[in-house]
Amino acid sequence: MDLEELVARAEAEIAAAGDLRALDAVRVRYLGRKGELTARLKGLGGLPPEERRAMGQAVNAAKARLERAVAARRAELEREAVAARLAAERLDVTLPGRGQGQGTLHPVTRVLARIETLFRGLGFEVAEGPEIEDDFHNFEALNIPPEHPARAMHDTFYVEGGLLLRTHTSPVQIRVLRERRPPLRIVAPGRVYRRDSDLTHSPMFHQVEGLVVDERVSFAELKGTLHAFLERFFEARLAVRFRPSYFPFTEPSAEVDVACVMCGGEGCRVCGGTGWLEVLGCGMVHPRVLENAGVDPERWTGFAFGLGVERFAMLRYGVDDLRLFFDNDLRFLAQFA
Amino acid sequence: MRVSLAWLREWVEVPEGAEALAERLTMAGLEVEAIEPAAPAFSGVVVAEVLEVAPHPDADRLRVCRVAAGGEPLQVVCGAPNVRPGLRAPLATVGAALPDGTRIRRARLRGVESHGMLCSARELGLADDAEGLWELPPGAPVGEDLRRWLDLDDQVLEVALTPNRADCLSVRGIARETAALHGVALGGPRWEPVAAAREDRLPVAVEAPEACPRYLGRVVRGVDPAARTPLWMAERLRRAGLRSLGPLVDVTNYVLLELGQPLHAFDLARLREGITVRLARAGERIALLDGREVALEPDTLVIADAGGPVALAGIMGGAGSAVGPGTRDVFLECAFFAPGAIAGRARRHGLHTESSHRFERGVDPAMQREALERATGLLLEIAGGEPGPVTEVVSEAHLPRRPVVAFRPQRARRLLGAELADGEMRAILERLGLACEAPGEGPWRVTPPSWRFDLAIEADLVEEVARLHGYGRLPETPLAGSPVMPPAPEGRLDEGRIRALLADRGYHEAVTYSFVPEALQRRLDPEAEPVRLQNPLSAELAVMRTTAWVGLLQALQRNLARQQERVRLFELSMRFVRQGSEITQEKTLAILAAGPAWPEQWGLDSRRPVDFHDVKGDLEALAAATGAPGAFAFEAAAHPALHPGQSARVLRDGEPVGWIGALHPEVAGALDVGVPVVLLEVALEAVRRARVPRFEPLSPFPAVRRDLAVVVDEAVPAARIAETVRAAAGPLLRELRIFDVYTGPGVEAGRKSVSLGLIFQESSRTLTDEEINGVVARVVARLEEAVGATLRQ
Repeated sequence: MDLEELVARAEAEIAAAGDLRALDAVRVRYLGRKGELTARLKGLGGLPPEERRAMGQAVNAAKARLERAVAARRAELEREAVAARLAAERLDVTLPGRGQGQGTLHPVTRVLARIETLFRGLGFEVAEGPEIEDDFHNFEALNIPPEHPARAMHDTFYVEGGLLLRTHTSPVQIRVLRERRPPLRIVAPGRVYRRDSDLTHSPMFHQVEGLVVDERVSFAELKGTLHAFLERFFEARLAVRFRPSYFPFTEPSAEVDVACVMCGGEGCRVCGGTGWLEVLGCGMVHPRVLENAGVDPERWTGFAFGLGVERFAMLRYGVDDLRLFFDNDLRFLAQFA
Repeated sequence: MRVSLAWLREWVEVPEGAEALAERLTMAGLEVEAIEPAAPAFSGVVVAEVLEVAPHPDADRLRVCRVAAGGEPLQVVCGAPNVRPGLRAPLATVGAALPDGTRIRRARLRGVESHGMLCSARELGLADDAEGLWELPPGAPVGEDLRRWLDLDDQVLEVALTPNRADCLSVRGIARETAALHGVALGGPRWEPVAAAREDRLPVAVEAPEACPRYLGRVVRGVDPAARTPLWMAERLRRAGLRSLGPLVDVTNYVLLELGQPLHAFDLARLREGITVRLARAGERIALLDGREVALEPDTLVIADAGGPVALAGIMGGAGSAVGPGTRDVFLECAFFAPGAIAGRARRHGLHTESSHRFERGVDPAMQREALERATGLLLEIAGGEPGPVTEVVSEAHLPRRPVVAFRPQRARRLLGAELADGEMRAILERLGLACEAPGEGPWRVTPPSWRFDLAIEADLVEEVARLHGYGRLPETPLAGSPVMPPAPEGRLDEGRIRALLADRGYHEAVTYSFVPEALQRRLDPEAEPVRLQNPLSAELAVMRTTAWVGLLQALQRNLARQQERVRLFELSMRFVRQGSEITQEKTLAILAAGPAWPEQWGLDSRRPVDFHDVKGDLEALAAATGAPGAFAFEAAAHPALHPGQSARVLRDGEPVGWIGALHPEVAGALDVGVPVVLLEVALEAVRRARVPRFEPLSPFPAVRRDLAVVVDEAVPAARIAETVRAAAGPLLRELRIFDVYTGPGVEAGRKSVSLGLIFQESSRTLTDEEINGVVARVVARLEEAVGATLRQ
């Protein structure tokens, strides 16, 4: 068989090789140690010298040609194999991902965290106190002696031994003042309890108390601080008004209204048509409260404020039923991701 | 306090309307909660006089009346029992609209034409009940529009007063405040002392002058029992929210509303001998006007006669001495009772009266005589009678004295952060009735008026200045001062980090009540004696929980009832545990996982029920977050709420800090919970204590891993195996992993195969095979010794 014919046959077989193994078999058959083309190379020695040279060149060229053809076919087959594997590995990318679901923080916690963040920015520290309190911290040290009419506004749960469930977070003021020296800035979040339960009252709810004591703290700073806080909290420019009020432990005292965040002050169901929402109680710390805590009211002045966390949560997130906060319905909780 | 604008205008000029006045009062600290019309909307109602009354030809109950109402007499059919000639009553004329929406038309009633409707007070929305027509006084102007005549377009302000402003619990008080706000003078009616017409006196002895520093009394004899309260007075009472109860009671109520001074009228004939004001004696009882009888305690002030207590001083009169329809002779009492002597006493007996409300907060101690004269004058005007002289028993020493308050204008400016001029501050104080002495140097000497119980120190005066200047006009400035950089303890995990970690692991944060039903509390923690509320709202909220599991399990029940099948909750809150005589309040972290381990999804066994180790993994994640996972340990232990074979005490640094386990099937059954539940509760402090990282050099030398499968008795805890391996391997062992636990074919019954991965590394050199083989051989030998382990073939 002449060389041309051999090469043509080999090329046809290379092209027909369906996979890498078949291709290798073709390669061995022609180019292997005992391959047909290799045999021709070995047979050159038996040719007359004048033919040997020309035939040698032709066989070498054929060998190179077949090697190229094998390499090309191999690359082609490898590409096909990768493509086939990738095709087999195709996924439905629209199927949902796997894993544990995402939980949520309670809206009260969210609001507390937000309030704490804002006040930490002003150098406030977070303080806490016990929920079962004594009469001294909950009332007397706050300038609410026994039989004071203000006690009637705090429907109190009593436990044993004259102890009670704190009716507000204000006792933390007293604990902090007695433990540390001014200057100080604290916020005290926590649970409080009042013996009252209806659509708009829960026997347990949350408050945040704030206290600043320093030299020369003024009512103007109280106003400035709370106004800034309310605008930051609600992320809106808000009209805010301070109304004279009465708390036994502050003097002067004020209640703070913000323009209704639901209707913008036009008047709606949430604000009872007044355009205002009462959101905070505050005032300058009563000198007697400072004295009760061993702080000289001539040198130190301060302001304090208290707010209801659920109310802020309701306004911020549009929750319309106080009871939802304590029912722990997953459909409710899951909304606060 | 309800104040009619018309009545207020009798006392002070009010240039603005109700809305503007309400705004002004509210912004001065007298919060106006509502403005209500004095009468509901109606129109076309006039004063009419019944001229003739004839029977209806076809109806027994109806009469046919001729009625004068300004123009031609009208024929009106009327069914009221009290219709009679000469009676003046309201007539809703044809075209009138009544409060309930009825429009009056010409009508035929059983064939007789009627041109309007004679009205009861109820039909006009002015009384809750009415028997028959509203009988207007004989002088009522016939034909006059009723609304105009009675000024029914008046408005009533509902003022919510803070407890410090007892001085505003009257029309005069609110008028005084209004006058100060507007800078105008207080006006109002004037009255003269009523001269005694006879010498009758009832002896008065005050045995408790500290509780009753001033007591005035006066006898009035021969009042007309048939007298009626004039309409103008009844109307004012009604607008203030009080019912008319006859002239004697109405006059005392009127003065109470007008001046803020409670008075009491006794039926003189029912008093024995004289009046003694004293503390109650042990065992005394009194039957009260409201029909109840109460036992008295010795700190309660009473008005007594020779037979015992006849009134709870300053709170409520007794039934035995009360005035009634037949009363002819009265004894009027007008006293100043000290707030401390009255406060709390009414509440103790479940009472809260107009009188106790005022005395508790403070009645002007200087006003008793003028109030008594006012009441006498009104009583005589309405019901006649002859007054005796005023008896006054006073103990000057016990009367409250207004302190002279030192006021430093500079201090006020500093406290308010506002540049208020001396002159403005002084003018404000004087407008409020405070006497100011302002020497050139030094603080002012300021004396509050007798009616202000709430002004005792400088700060009180600063508030008055700020209030009248207007809180809204005070500046707002940023917080200055000297903030201290707050500490940032790195050795304590933030609560927020713990919450976030749990939320990220699929838990929803819950907030449950601190008080819980006792039965459930006892079922979960039977050994603890919970702290009990003395006045719980209900049995459901009766004791303080000793574990947050109570609330979480209740939340689980509610969610299961709402078709949730998978519930994962956590709560950070307080638990309340009695330790001896002390109550420990400890913050805890509680977790509840119920239902399938995973949310339903494709590609993994998402129906597998949650088990102990799922939740343990969550706690281990928290432990890892503290940087000290090795500080936590678990030991099998029994808890009454937990499955005895699937519960463990959690230890941190060897100390017990909580519990983890599957809910006991019996408890689950009792709670009707049909899904698997795993609970965890640990002291929050145990997962907050964190380790500040301490760098250890990284080894450049390769680690070598050897795996061992050992077969041990099933009862051998993995922790025991791990301890043994660590002790035997020594410091070359860097990490130990338990990567499989197997029971079944190939392992004999009662035994289990545990696969261990041991990873060795040295920081200064490469370990040799011989070294590691030696260590592994030691480990195997020690395991055999300690836990009876054999190598699995």
